[in-house]
Amino acid sequence: MRFLTVSGPPSSGKTSVILRVIEALQARRHKIGVVKFDCLLTDDDALYAKKGVLVKKGLSGALCPDHYFVSNIEGCVTWGKENDCDYLISESAGLCNRCSPHINDITAVCVIDNLSGVNTPRKIGPMLKSADIVVITKGDIVSQAEREVFASRVKQVNPGAVIMNINGITGQGAFELTSLFESASDIDTLKGKTLRFSMPAALCSYCLGETRIGEEYQTGNVRKMDMEDNK
Amino acid sequence: MRHETLYQQPLTATLAEHPYIEDFLSSFGLTVTVSNNSLEHYLDQLNPDLLEDLGLSREQLNRSLDDFLNGMLALRKPLDKIESLTIIGGRNKSGEEEHVELTLQPGEVTCIVGPTGSGKSRLLADIEWVAQGDTPTGRRILINDQVPDSQWRFSTEHKLVAQLSQNMNFVMDLTAEEFIQMHAESRLVTNPQEKVAHILEQANLLAGEQFRPDTPVTALSGGQSRALMIADMAFLSKSPIALIDEIENAGIDRKKALNLLIREEKIVLMATHDPILALMGDRRLVIKNGGIAKVIEANETERRNLQRLEEMDNQLLALRNRIRSGETLEQL
Repeated sequence: MRFLTVSGPPSSGKTSVILRVIEALQARRHKIGVVKFDCLLTDDDALYAKKGVLVKKGLSGALCPDHYFVSNIEGCVTWGKENDCDYLISESAGLCNRCSPHINDITAVCVIDNLSGVNTPRKIGPMLKSADIVVITKGDIVSQAEREVFASRVKQVNPGAVIMNINGITGQGAFELTSLFESASDIDTLKGKTLRFSMPAALCSYCLGETRIGEEYQTGNVRKMDMEDNK
Repeated sequence: MRHETLYQQPLTATLAEHPYIEDFLSSFGLTVTVSNNSLEHYLDQLNPDLLEDLGLSREQLNRSLDDFLNGMLALRKPLDKIESLTIIGGRNKSGEEEHVELTLQPGEVTCIVGPTGSGKSRLLADIEWVAQGDTPTGRRILINDQVPDSQWRFSTEHKLVAQLSQNMNFVMDLTAEEFIQMHAESRLVTNPQEKVAHILEQANLLAGEQFRPDTPVTALSGGQSRALMIADMAFLSKSPIALIDEIENAGIDRKKALNLLIREEKIVLMATHDPILALMGDRRLVIKNGGIAKVIEANETERRNLQRLEEMDNQLLALRNRIRSGETLEQL
């Protein structure tokens, strides 16, 4: 089973891009499974189900979404395998820019959009910087020059990645992206694999449900900002 | 490939030759203190805790820097010259063969006509992807009569195709001058100042209404944006093929715009139903049901009508200007 992790900032177009790729994969008669990770609520599972693919939805609720992802992804792979999927795609949003679901030896895709601004690529951490494929969306809305500038900014922070422009609405570029999916990592299990980068840690009183503000309530892994003015 | 000298010589020398390394490091949140120590030394002394906070590992940084340097050095190399682009037909949506083999040369304009949904975009995408029978149409694209290197598909430095789409919005909060400057820097052009000034000047020649270098790009009119992007495409983009999606009704001098691209020796493909642009082209590809149904070569009889069409167009343009300046049209 070919397995890929797809991630990207909220509203960057992850679901649209995956849907367009699914259409192309289905035309080649492949069985596809999608795992959609989100925090509070998602209706995207219905969009996937409508395409006739197998869907699993995971809502992290009160937990850190990326920690929730990594504790569940192995089970998802087993689920996809048991259901005889040819392809399994996991979709998760990178909410804090420092976290990343990408796994060593598993094809990693990051979706980012042209409207997010030229400084956004440098603000996103390993989710973008360690991806194998970077998909840039919403190119139809901006000019050619702006697309080029944006792509060069992405290239600067992840020079080794394949960078593609995809239109999630018309599907322009999705066919081409699909041909990259066809050579994605082929695996049976995630046992023994490692994350490409560690996840942000906290383990402080607020992780345990503390709501009060003030020094005396802060215990555990707490870090303070430097409030001294630079002289 | 690793560029050992760059890593071993004093950092001052490396940064003098490759100033963009500093920008590269700063995009990962790192600051460079210039010293006589080497780049290697700088990387070695980075605090692992700092790197972890930045979401970065030493290995990944090393790999990215090598890839980045390879990309930047590739940008400096001149492109192989493209002398021809050949489209070898595949099938239409019903599976019927196209029976087309068409060779396009620099300086030629090919118009693509056909109703919405007929497959114009697919043709443009086949060219951009340098299709080798591996797209739904089964078309093949040759460059200089040969199957090209697949590097064209993914290269961001050497893109085969620059596409001017119908939408011309800007989201960047920059002036026209800063914007073109930023684009020029991303393309590592030599003497960017001069190039930027030239592009702004040419854009103003195309635009119906003048704009200043310090006009924010978000405040440009549709026509001004198009003029700026066409000038930018002609003088900044290294891509030898220009794809244009409809430049009609845009408040710019279409003929001058097209001539600018032809003069820069680009192979121009243009989806258009504008009669003037269509007659200025060397040929028209008629797209139906996903396939190239017909190729119409430009002929003299049609071309003779171009002058009349231009007169009609100028009349309309004059009326437009009268409306703009607050006149009435009781007398045409």
